[in-house]
Amino acid sequence: MALDDRKSHFTFVGTRPNRPDGLDKVTGRARFGADVTAPGMLFGAILRSPHAHARIVRIDTSKAEAHRDVKAVVTRADFADVPFKPGLEGEFWNVLENVMAGEKALYDGHAVAAVAASSALAARDALKLIEVEYEVLPHVTDVDKAMAPDAPVIREGAADYSVPEGMHPNVVRYHESGHGDVEAGFAEADLVIEDHFVTEATHQGYIEPHACLASLGADGKGELWCCTQGHWIVQKTCAALLGIETAQLRVTASEIGGGFGGKTTVFIEPVALALSRKANRPVKIVMSRSEVLRATGPTASASMDVKIGMKKDGTITAAQGVFRLQGGAFPGAPGDMTAMCAFAPYNLTNVRQVGYDVMSNRPKQAAYRAPGAPMGAFAVESVIDELCKILGLDPIEVRLKNAAREGTKASYGPTYDRIGLVETLEAAKDHPHYSAPLKPGQGRGIACGFWFNHGGETSVSLALSEDGSAQLMVGTPDIGGSRASMALMAAEVLGIPYENIRVTIADTATLGYNDVSHGSRVTYASGLATIKAAQHAVEKLCERAAAKWGIPVDAVKWENGCAVPSGPNAGDFDPLPLAEITADMGRTGGPISGHFEATPEGAGVSFGTHIVDAEVDPETGKTSITRYTVIQDAGKAIHPAYVEGQFQGGAAQGIGWALNEEYIYGEDGRLQNPVFLDYRIPVASDLPMIDTVIVEVPNPGHPFGVRGVGETGIVPPLAAIANAVSNAAGVRMRQLPMSPPRILAALKGNG
Amino acid sequence: MQYHRPASFAEASDLAAHATGITRFLAGGTDVLVQLRSEIVTPDTLIDIKAIDGVRDITRHADGSWTLGVAVTGAEMSEHPQLGREWPGVVEAMDLIGSTQIQGRATPVGNLCNGSPAADSVPAMVAAGASVTVTGPAGDRVVAVEDIPTGPGKTSLAQGELISALHIPARGANGGDAYLRFIPRTEMDIAVVGVGVSLRVDGDTITEARVSLGAVAPTVLLVEECARALIGTTLDDTALAALAAAASAACKPIDDKRGTIEFRTEVAGVLAKRAAKIAYARAKGETA
Repeated sequence: MALDDRKSHFTFVGTRPNRPDGLDKVTGRARFGADVTAPGMLFGAILRSPHAHARIVRIDTSKAEAHRDVKAVVTRADFADVPFKPGLEGEFWNVLENVMAGEKALYDGHAVAAVAASSALAARDALKLIEVEYEVLPHVTDVDKAMAPDAPVIREGAADYSVPEGMHPNVVRYHESGHGDVEAGFAEADLVIEDHFVTEATHQGYIEPHACLASLGADGKGELWCCTQGHWIVQKTCAALLGIETAQLRVTASEIGGGFGGKTTVFIEPVALALSRKANRPVKIVMSRSEVLRATGPTASASMDVKIGMKKDGTITAAQGVFRLQGGAFPGAPGDMTAMCAFAPYNLTNVRQVGYDVMSNRPKQAAYRAPGAPMGAFAVESVIDELCKILGLDPIEVRLKNAAREGTKASYGPTYDRIGLVETLEAAKDHPHYSAPLKPGQGRGIACGFWFNHGGETSVSLALSEDGSAQLMVGTPDIGGSRASMALMAAEVLGIPYENIRVTIADTATLGYNDVSHGSRVTYASGLATIKAAQHAVEKLCERAAAKWGIPVDAVKWENGCAVPSGPNAGDFDPLPLAEITADMGRTGGPISGHFEATPEGAGVSFGTHIVDAEVDPETGKTSITRYTVIQDAGKAIHPAYVEGQFQGGAAQGIGWALNEEYIYGEDGRLQNPVFLDYRIPVASDLPMIDTVIVEVPNPGHPFGVRGVGETGIVPPLAAIANAVSNAAGVRMRQLPMSPPRILAALKGNG
Repeated sequence: MQYHRPASFAEASDLAAHATGITRFLAGGTDVLVQLRSEIVTPDTLIDIKAIDGVRDITRHADGSWTLGVAVTGAEMSEHPQLGREWPGVVEAMDLIGSTQIQGRATPVGNLCNGSPAADSVPAMVAAGASVTVTGPAGDRVVAVEDIPTGPGKTSLAQGELISALHIPARGANGGDAYLRFIPRTEMDIAVVGVGVSLRVDGDTITEARVSLGAVAPTVLLVEECARALIGTTLDDTALAALAAAASAACKPIDDKRGTIEFRTEVAGVLAKRAAKIAYARAKGETA
């Protein structure tokens, strides 16, 4: 990517206008997944396994089919038979197997059949008419138990080439990386700490349950409206699962009430399409919260061993970690990501990391903000904190001493370009929070975190209107205020006001392929494509001005929304504003638009440092977070308020994960807490005001210097909070969530 | 499903007495409708008692005692000018339940009839010495609140019986009450432990006390040993320690997704001490 167009002074970028979708959202005009209807629409409902692991002996749908309100019943037989192969190429099979069980129900909540009926109530009641005979099988839901020799096998042959011989068939992927000689490094250390850490699975907890409206005819042409982070992957996956051509399925993304990675795949969409094809009517499916918790994709749970050696001066001599992640009954737990991110903030001579992807009888994990990274950071940053405590060292100074910088060989292999970890640590050290006095019973924790960030396939179009306004079509659903950021970047290039640009999330029929809104890629990649598309339009605007003035196009430049002669010798012409050029465009060569498509590769990695104060009630073990500061490198904050919102959101979700959120399974392998009463997301009054500091170390790979900010913010919290709680309680907490019973038990155990 | 909207408790009782299958009475509906929607309990007969005269009245009698209609909501209790001054523990306990929206619907009588050992308003009502009028085929009887629940989701009400009024005794002089619950969050949660305390003082000495525990046994408990630990003391450290020990000793909790046996047992004692301190300060006319 050419870098000579980086701007140092911005007019629109860095301002904080209201988001274009704001009024619709606060007035209820915005249309989310469940907000649409169609003539003749039916309501779908899904029958789910009550067993953690069971062979499906027989499904009898005849009674449901005979019911007068029921228009269609589907089972696995109604989907295309996608051949199973291990690894990525088999992912369609995995998704199909998850969307509708085949020979076995693999977890509590696994879909086994579905109906479409004339009302939602009739559909729900009709499920009771479906008879399923199960042969209940032994189950396993814990990651360590799933790896044990006697664990029930979820599926033979699911492991890929990476898994060493002799491992249990539930271990399906293996990652190992690092450099140097860790044993030699540990020998050089003055203190070595090795510890075991456990985290439980959590759910993204988006406020909007999955919802869709599907229509698919016998001609193989379909329409699908759904809440998703990426409608092209929905299109591609649904087409494969239904056995139709991709282009014949038009998918429109609704407004989305949160995703956080959990809406990067499909659950109900292929089912609604299959029901629609069978009933020849549109079918709407809306999940309940219990269905969301039982049968969509929570994050992985983890069991980890981390060993770090340190000299008395704080130099880390060696680090090693083993990270075992359970991702449900399918391959995909991000053990490799955990391993690669765990030590990424540090400049290490000797480092080795191992990651396992393990299957168990739980729902198929989905991405959740920096998938895999928060757990590893919890383990690593806890051990560093303990080392600092024993050696009497300042935790920020130690991190500064070992921090990765430009030119550092990363723990996971590559050499870092310009990065901003040191700047976040310096900002943390200088922040008044770090030196503020603590009250009795309070403790302070700090932690760093890393995330790769991603580019991905991206396509953007921009069209100018006669009146000089612009419409921008992007393909990445807006999950964090990205329409505002896109409009700011387009405004910056075109030189027209933010308000004059309307940004639309185009459907799959009106724009080329776009990857999902994930990997913190949208402001980076769609932003880059927006800038390039706007520049493409500016080139054409300059051509029209050149033609009008009768001078060469390279004698025209674009400045503050006007074509102007590029220098004194180019001629003496008054600036020609964009709206004057577009007013005549029909007569001067036709519509003016800009387009850009690419797979940008320059997403800059991002680091953050969090400071947390926690107070622990020594009699009950209850924790309150009394102060929280997020410091993170954004490269360049296009819309600082929404960058701050991402920082705060990561911290808020991290607080939930650290303190109370967890998937609780009973002895029977069933999820015990599939409602928000017992799946304890923080409520507003649980959270302090979360302060933010935006550090801006420009990303060389983006014209304006943007780094993705959506994910890094959830990497440090588990560790920072655990360090704060451990310091407040006087006992090291190694298991998440740090719920009051666990803390009280630890306090009692401590004497 | 049959839906009825009777005009009197006698009619409601008659409907229930002759109903078959599962019968539920509908007041605020914050349990009944939720259980219906989530297919936990699908009633065959639903008897809406909100159209009966007086069910939303809060009445203070000449002797200082109170009668609350069965459809009186938490919000109405909280907004009443005098009830919360006399029985702050009862009102605060009810006010802890759910959100603002739920407070506009939820009733203490419904909270009692739902039979949950974790019901927040119930330990406070038990500590206060509250009772209810039960209307049934044989007429009316008055029953102590603590005698209504018999186990999780179960009550002593026979078929055809329903609660027709809630009675709270006169607060009287030098009395105070308090309710505290433990939840891992700050609101919108269900009690892991709940403790209601009501007491009366003569000078600095406690002369009467009632202590009730929630969420630590199959039913809300009225714990005599806790009362004995308080009566005759000035709530000094010895009394508080005895109170905590008695509260913990009374617990017969379970391990579940909300808490462990050890945790509930320990925290019952902690909360008993804290609630007693608040009730004591209130009884002495101090701000707490």
